Amino acid sequence: MAVLTAKPPVRRSPHPGAAHHPGAARRAVGRNLTAYGFLCGALICFAFFSWYPMIREIVLSFQENNFVDAPRWVGLDNFRTVVEDPAFRSAWLNTAAFTGLALVVGYAVPFVLAVVLNELRHAKAYLRFVVYLPVMLPPAVAVLLFKWFYDPGAGLFNQVLDGVGLPPLSWLDSTSTALISLVIVSTWMNLGTGTLIYLAALQSIPGDLYESAELDGAGLFRRLWHVTIPQTKLILLVMLLLQVVATMQVFIEPYLLTGGGPENATVTVAYLMYQYAFNFGDFGGGGALGLMLMIVLLVFSAFYLRVSREETR
Amino acid sequence: MRTTSHRRALSLLLVAGLGLVAASCGSGDSDEPGAQGSGSADGKVTITVGCQPPKSNPKERAGWDEDVAEFQKLHPNITIESKDAFPCINPDTFQAKLAGGSQEDVFYVYYTDVQKIIKAKQAADISEHVGTVKALSDIRADVQSVFKDGDKTYGLPRNNYNMGLVYNRKLFTQAGLNPDAPPATWAEVHEAAKKIAALGAGYVGFGEYSAGNTGGWHFAASLYARGGSMVADDGKSAAFNSAEGKAVLENLKQMRWNDNSMGSKQLLQWEDLMRMMGSGKLGMMIGAPDVVQSVNNDFQGKFEDYGVAAVPESDGKASLSGGDGYMFNPKASPEKIKAGLLWLEFHELTPGKGQFNYARAKTQGRPVGLPIPDLYGDSKPGQEIVALRKQYATVPVDHFTPYVTAQTSITNKLEPPKAQELYAVLDVAMSAVLTRRDADIDKLLSDAESKANKILAKNT
Repeated sequence: MAVLTAKPPVRRSPHPGAAHHPGAARRAVGRNLTAYGFLCGALICFAFFSWYPMIREIVLSFQENNFVDAPRWVGLDNFRTVVEDPAFRSAWLNTAAFTGLALVVGYAVPFVLAVVLNELRHAKAYLRFVVYLPVMLPPAVAVLLFKWFYDPGAGLFNQVLDGVGLPPLSWLDSTSTALISLVIVSTWMNLGTGTLIYLAALQSIPGDLYESAELDGAGLFRRLWHVTIPQTKLILLVMLLLQVVATMQVFIEPYLLTGGGPENATVTVAYLMYQYAFNFGDFGGGGALGLMLMIVLLVFSAFYLRVSREETR
Repeated sequence: MRTTSHRRALSLLLVAGLGLVAASCGSGDSDEPGAQGSGSADGKVTITVGCQPPKSNPKERAGWDEDVAEFQKLHPNITIESKDAFPCINPDTFQAKLAGGSQEDVFYVYYTDVQKIIKAKQAADISEHVGTVKALSDIRADVQSVFKDGDKTYGLPRNNYNMGLVYNRKLFTQAGLNPDAPPATWAEVHEAAKKIAALGAGYVGFGEYSAGNTGGWHFAASLYARGGSMVADDGKSAAFNSAEGKAVLENLKQMRWNDNSMGSKQLLQWEDLMRMMGSGKLGMMIGAPDVVQSVNNDFQGKFEDYGVAAVPESDGKASLSGGDGYMFNPKASPEKIKAGLLWLEFHELTPGKGQFNYARAKTQGRPVGLPIPDLYGDSKPGQEIVALRKQYATVPVDHFTPYVTAQTSITNKLEPPKAQELYAVLDVAMSAVLTRRDADIDKLLSDAESKANKILAKNT
């Protein structure tokens, strides 16, 4: 016992002080130069397209900037402006509702689909391809396709409803159905990626666990509850985080389908940011909204990381 | 040896990459117009000018290039560097171009954005140079005022029009209506719209916007045509919660829910109505003659199928004006501004030249005969342009006669301050009456008014 808990012996350098020798450091760098080269590409990409814009946005949110004269620091004025905007409350409520609905629909559906695909004996590859197909469509194309599906007159969905004797729905044109209509589009567009990830996780579960469960008399739902879900818990948590982060930034669906309407029912935080920055020419206000969204997502991510760390322990 | 050379290559890549990052994070001043030098010692000056027609429009592009060559021959010390784009301006990228230093010396703008740009100090004050433009004394005062703030001038117009009623003559005929007698009252619009909608599934009698700020824009157009105002005279408070504002919404509610002549699909934005008009399924919409141009050029419509009249019941009242023009980069030197003004006078303001070279347009097979731009009203250059337009007309000009005739009794009215913000607020009211049968118009207008007052209070 004592042996098992004892600290491993420290490996000492044959030449004391060699670690601080400049030649050794140079050799260490030289040995890893290829790795640094590859790292450099990623660093440049992140610096250009992620970190620099992020820092710029944070700075902008505290400035009044016309991009001609020197920017003026305005403290929290931009934050006050956006908080007092009547659309601010609607934007956050809609974003929260969209995220909640997207979790219920968009989180569960791919998992169930993956479980079903995993159980199938035939046409597995074909069905996987079919499920993944929507991901290959550019998002704008997919959204515009749904614009036609949702058309109250000649749209596919209302024709189907008509075919089964149900009254037509207003889909995007009604405050009660507009947001859920956007969730359906979003779920359809992202279904393939989620399903494939879950499928990969399911296939890594050892088959003998299921065999043992079956021998113990477990049915499909008990196997799902006692084997599948515990075995994919980590991936489910990762997907939960990704889903929340992605859905809280929803923009393209309201932008292309509803323009934030009807009656601000689909204005989201990201859409309001766009309005401020590009329609109102107020980058400070847009930046302030962006920073608020970033803080909310950071808090969520920190909470998630803490929970997942405890789970993996 | 091989490893060493690989390492060296990677090291070079690393250094080059980091250098690139450092360079990109620099100020980028060398790209900015002001840093390009205000002109060389020999008096030569180069200016970048936006809105050259794109390569996909070879006829107009050839005309532009021809004009540039002619202008440079007249002014050998000036070089025009044309920058093409379609559309000429994308408001979404305006700020980015300015921030990135790629904004042209002479840049194109819509009227909607002019005051916002002036307030943000994103255009040069050209007051001390604009006096050299001879055409200035003939340009309509209301058109000039678009580019003014107090006694200072920030740009010159290229196009000017006001809102009317665009209608599909072919559908009018199909519905048993007389295309030469477009509706002059809203009651006539209701009747015509009902007849067109009754043509069959998919036909819409009257179309209206209600999303992406376009709903608010058209609310303003309808409001002005009824004699209303968006803001009080001092610009400090909203004025649309009025009898006229209420009438605008009640009129739409009537057509949408009682007459059922506006179709079931709402939340329409700019392109939606253009597409519907081009497909020949839409009877009427509020719009300027440039709608016919867009529908013909980009949405498979045919010039001869459309007509334009004044907005019903707007006689003796106002019409929301629209148009475009050019402003100057705030960092442009006086030499560049002077050169730019010479170019604009040559290309945008001279009868028979540049955009008014109707003889060339006809030879190229381009449409001539639309009653726009109306920059000069009834002054001498204005009369000259109208005469040239008639002489080289390739489209049926009589289809626009009701619109042209009405102009004498209609005043052009500019967009309100904080236009986009107010339009966003009024989108809510427009979308409500078009998507909800029980929409409470009084409450919608009162809510919009209090929101607009907050926006305007900040502005002042």
